[in-house]
Amino acid sequence: MPVLTPESLEEACRLLAADPGAVPMAGGTDLLVHWPQNLDAHGRTYLDLSRLDELRPLRWTDDALVLGALTTYWDVIRDPRAGEEFPLLIAAGRQVGAVQIQARGTWAGNVVNASPAADGVPVLMAYDAVVELASAEGTEEVPLDAFYLGYKRMRRRGDQLVAAIRLPRRAYDVAIFEKVGSRRAQAIAKVGLALTRSAAGWRVVAASMAPTVCRCRALEKLLTDGAAVASPDDLLAAIRQDVKPIDDVRSTAAYRERVMARVLYHALLGKAESFG
Amino acid sequence: MKRREGLAKLTGREPYVDDLAVDGALWGMTVRSPAPRGRIREVRFGDGVDWSEVVVVDHRDLPGPNQVKHLTVDQPILAAAAVRHVHEPVVLLAHPSRRAARRAAAAVEVVVDPEPAVLDFRAPPRPEQVQHGDDNVFTRLTIAKGDVERALAAAAHVIEGVYETGAQEHVYLEPQGMVAWVDGDGVLVVQGSMQCPYYVVEALTHALGRGRDAVRVVQTATGGGFGGKEDFPSCVALHAALLAMKAGRPVKLVYERGEDMAATTKRHPSRVRHRTGVDAGGRLVAQHLEVTLDAGAYVTLSPVVLSRAIIHAAGPYRCDHVLIEGRAVLTNSVPYGAFRGFGAPQTHFANERHMDVVADRLGLDPVELRRRNLLADGESTATGQVIRDGVDRAALLDQALELASFGERRAAHERFNREHPYLRRGLGVATVHHGAGFTGSGEVFLASEVEVAGLPDGRVEVLTASTEMGQGTTTVFTQVAAAHLGYEPDDVEIAQPDTSRVPNSGPTVASRTVMVVGRLIERAGDDLRRRLGLDGGARGAALKEAVAAWHRAHPGESLRGFARYEPPPGIRWDDATYRGDAYATFGWAAYVAEVEVDLRTFTPRVTDFVAVQDVGRIVNETLARGQVQGGVVQAIGWALLEECKLEGGAMVNNQLTDYIIPTSEDVPPVRVAFQETPYPYGGMGAKGLGELPMDAPAPAIANAVAAATGAAAWKIPLTPEHLMELMEDGDHARPG
Amino acid sequence: MPAQADAIEVFFELNGEPTTVSVPASDRLLDTLRYDLGLPGTKEGCGEGECGACTVYLDGLPVNSCLVPTYQVRGRRVATVESLDPAELDDLHAAGATQCGACTPGVAMTARWICEHPEVLARHTVRQLMAGNLCRCTGYDGIVDGIEATLAREGK
Repeated sequence: MPVLTPESLEEACRLLAADPGAVPMAGGTDLLVHWPQNLDAHGRTYLDLSRLDELRPLRWTDDALVLGALTTYWDVIRDPRAGEEFPLLIAAGRQVGAVQIQARGTWAGNVVNASPAADGVPVLMAYDAVVELASAEGTEEVPLDAFYLGYKRMRRRGDQLVAAIRLPRRAYDVAIFEKVGSRRAQAIAKVGLALTRSAAGWRVVAASMAPTVCRCRALEKLLTDGAAVASPDDLLAAIRQDVKPIDDVRSTAAYRERVMARVLYHALLGKAESFG
Repeated sequence: MKRREGLAKLTGREPYVDDLAVDGALWGMTVRSPAPRGRIREVRFGDGVDWSEVVVVDHRDLPGPNQVKHLTVDQPILAAAAVRHVHEPVVLLAHPSRRAARRAAAAVEVVVDPEPAVLDFRAPPRPEQVQHGDDNVFTRLTIAKGDVERALAAAAHVIEGVYETGAQEHVYLEPQGMVAWVDGDGVLVVQGSMQCPYYVVEALTHALGRGRDAVRVVQTATGGGFGGKEDFPSCVALHAALLAMKAGRPVKLVYERGEDMAATTKRHPSRVRHRTGVDAGGRLVAQHLEVTLDAGAYVTLSPVVLSRAIIHAAGPYRCDHVLIEGRAVLTNSVPYGAFRGFGAPQTHFANERHMDVVADRLGLDPVELRRRNLLADGESTATGQVIRDGVDRAALLDQALELASFGERRAAHERFNREHPYLRRGLGVATVHHGAGFTGSGEVFLASEVEVAGLPDGRVEVLTASTEMGQGTTTVFTQVAAAHLGYEPDDVEIAQPDTSRVPNSGPTVASRTVMVVGRLIERAGDDLRRRLGLDGGARGAALKEAVAAWHRAHPGESLRGFARYEPPPGIRWDDATYRGDAYATFGWAAYVAEVEVDLRTFTPRVTDFVAVQDVGRIVNETLARGQVQGGVVQAIGWALLEECKLEGGAMVNNQLTDYIIPTSEDVPPVRVAFQETPYPYGGMGAKGLGELPMDAPAPAIANAVAAATGAAAWKIPLTPEHLMELMEDGDHARPG
Repeated sequence: MPAQADAIEVFFELNGEPTTVSVPASDRLLDTLRYDLGLPGTKEGCGEGECGACTVYLDGLPVNSCLVPTYQVRGRRVATVESLDPAELDDLHAAGATQCGACTPGVAMTARWICEHPEVLARHTVRQLMAGNLCRCTGYDGIVDGIEATLAREGK
């Protein structure tokens, strides 16, 4: 099992350009699940990112919080400024697995794992995150809400690496994260919701409700228009336009849809003037 | 006394079977049936593997009967022509590299011509699905007292209900594992994770054409059992032994978690139908129950699970007319087996939930209904056993209610529920009993034996086959022996259960370890004194010196005190009519659960739990409390979180991400209290404790959810999806 | 850096000592500890990062060693349960934090980490921090009580 070990981002991009089938390995918390039984995975080539220390820290600029490719959930949970300006990152990070996963799991890894039930992606998307992709040909920026093309498909060429995730700094007067899991910790989301409101408008993001984490534009419009919502049922029409939940090993479509309506409704009571 | 092996466990030095470095050992793997039922047409060994490097074993390598000896011999060691469940073992492989063994296993294809499988235990089988007798019923058992039909006809009210419980996977944190080799003297040695070394010996001698002296079974530190390592280890041991015998080298066979969850035994799913007659005063006058268990593909322990299920099914209550009809039914599911509680949690769930339904129908407080019906001393159970142990069962209920601040909290919840937009709180109660030790004549049949040896330096060694799997055997046996002989704990050795050294004190099951085997240790200690010509007054330093002196006078000889089981006086049980004293004694409990249900997500959460019980004398407070807390949390999982999702009768959510057991964040502190009415025939006055905590939590929680939300809970796991159906849709799955 | 052949050499600090091991590139840290370095204290309970029985410290943080490729610990600090000071585990012992012991090494590691870094308790409860260590025997009370007793005794 070949392992490529670049010492710089530039070298990593060169190696990936030469072998776009190589699998970038950050914290391993997704890729190593059931590793011994996953015999096919042992035949692939891996690009070990762990030595790229420059990609670990998060950075503050005047107008953005920049998460490095190797910034972990725990790195963000412990950053006091992140807690103040981007509280949803803390709220979501704390509910990823448990401490052992938070210490190794990276936000970028969560983005490229592309699970529809992802925990990090919804809050990043609700904060209008932009993915910075690096390759031997240069950098490309893709807004996270345009990054996913379908189930486990994304706008990342094989020779591109996520180098950073940039979150614009804004004042938010609404920031809500709700994760409905099968238990209180270490749970895969059955329904995930991230909502924000700023001068840039409402963002409503759902997880586990569609083949990808996605923005809910009909719900955003409903909120922007100030439509009257007297009960959770009043949200169902917009929900049905935005998402298409399924039955799977974790839950049912009927449950997901009804619960999304109820959680949204109660979360917005008192926050959205037209609710209640 | 602190847990004796606690520090070794905390520092990672306690050796479990996979920690043992065995020179020259091969890694074993198991290839299994992909189909729930059918004829094996072919086993194909694929390309990409050098098969000359792989040890391969199938049914043709068996030197004796292709039978795993449990209660019956219907389960094959390796499937020959037919398969009866998904994951049934067909071929065994071994290789020096675990990775290569896995690759080899993945390259073997078992081709099965399917036959009609039966997967729903509720429905009678179609003719082409019959695989046992003429109706797939492995076992029928009946308990009859009085005249239930007449009493029902005369009752002021008759209330019916149907209740179901789902399978439960043990999730012992250490998976199944064995290592086997043939030693220099030709003795087959098997070491590993197990509850019952002598069950494994029996299975090995039965199948392998070896005498008792040619087999040696040693229990290694066992990381949890809960019944899951009562019978299944015999299969793993046989597999490891067969590979080792063929390879001429040691073989280590350790299951991977996904394999363990999918392919090994689980708690029997159940359905219980109640027809209950009560008089105008809220007293039970008639109980008619139909109890059905899904046994899975082979008999394993189902007859005994059914036995315990029906004996407990009518609850700890007085009722003159009882009819309990029990059946254990074959399906082509992975065979079900022992799990803490062993049938009683299933029927207690049904009965205790039904008591609340009855109370509701009568407009009676569910606590008051229980008070009016709880057995008093001098009254008899469903099998006609007169209870006379002096336990104040009403006081247990009183203490539980007091600790839970029941009255105040219930009133507070009513106010809270009126005001809160989406949270609902409720309290639920359950009162239960649990028979300690083997049923009826079971203990007599086991004829357990214990030895206490006096060592040359004056210390003693306790020799039993009882295993430590976390429940505290090593520590409690030390305390029992030390207390009885007046010794310091450090002067008491507990022998590792090694069948070449220890007598057969019976299996480590049925909550019998302290009560039955502990008592035998006391009597063996007395026998040791007798052999020294001393009486019961000989204790401590004087006794120690007497032992040492004996050895000086008899160099090289063995000094052993011995005891064999004797039943307590007056126990009478009739296996043919299922009447009499089902158990030598019962433990009793009253538990209270408080829940908060989030109606946004239909998620119930246990916010407080009180567990009060009388199990005779408590030998070790910390260990006893830990048993209760652990059992309660395991039962909370069964009630709310743990769902075995089956396809073709096998678990498809066979990983810890998808089979949800409680984390530390999912459960409240469990508040425990003991009342103690010493039991004269148990070690240090103790009765059995380990399984009782599984019996009450699930119904207490279901009752609490019903109190909080009005939902007519009838089935567990009471998942959010199921609660949503109950509350929103009316429950279409519920049978009439 | 050229691509690695199947066996790799990994130099790292293990329980305070410089250590070298040569292992297949596909090995997990859990496998290397248990089968190549003679340290079977760290246990495999699930292979998927749920149960925490495989918890070790990597650069001072608790992680699931079943999810760490061995090649990634090159140049880093790893500590296992074998490095814990038994005297510091006494309160856990007395409180009933261990029963069957299969989850215990992972529990002890996370518990000690909490006691060494009590500042994390400003924003997390003990139960939240222990949620990555599944236990089937204790119901968690013995573990939580033991950690609280340790914190009290250590004045934290």
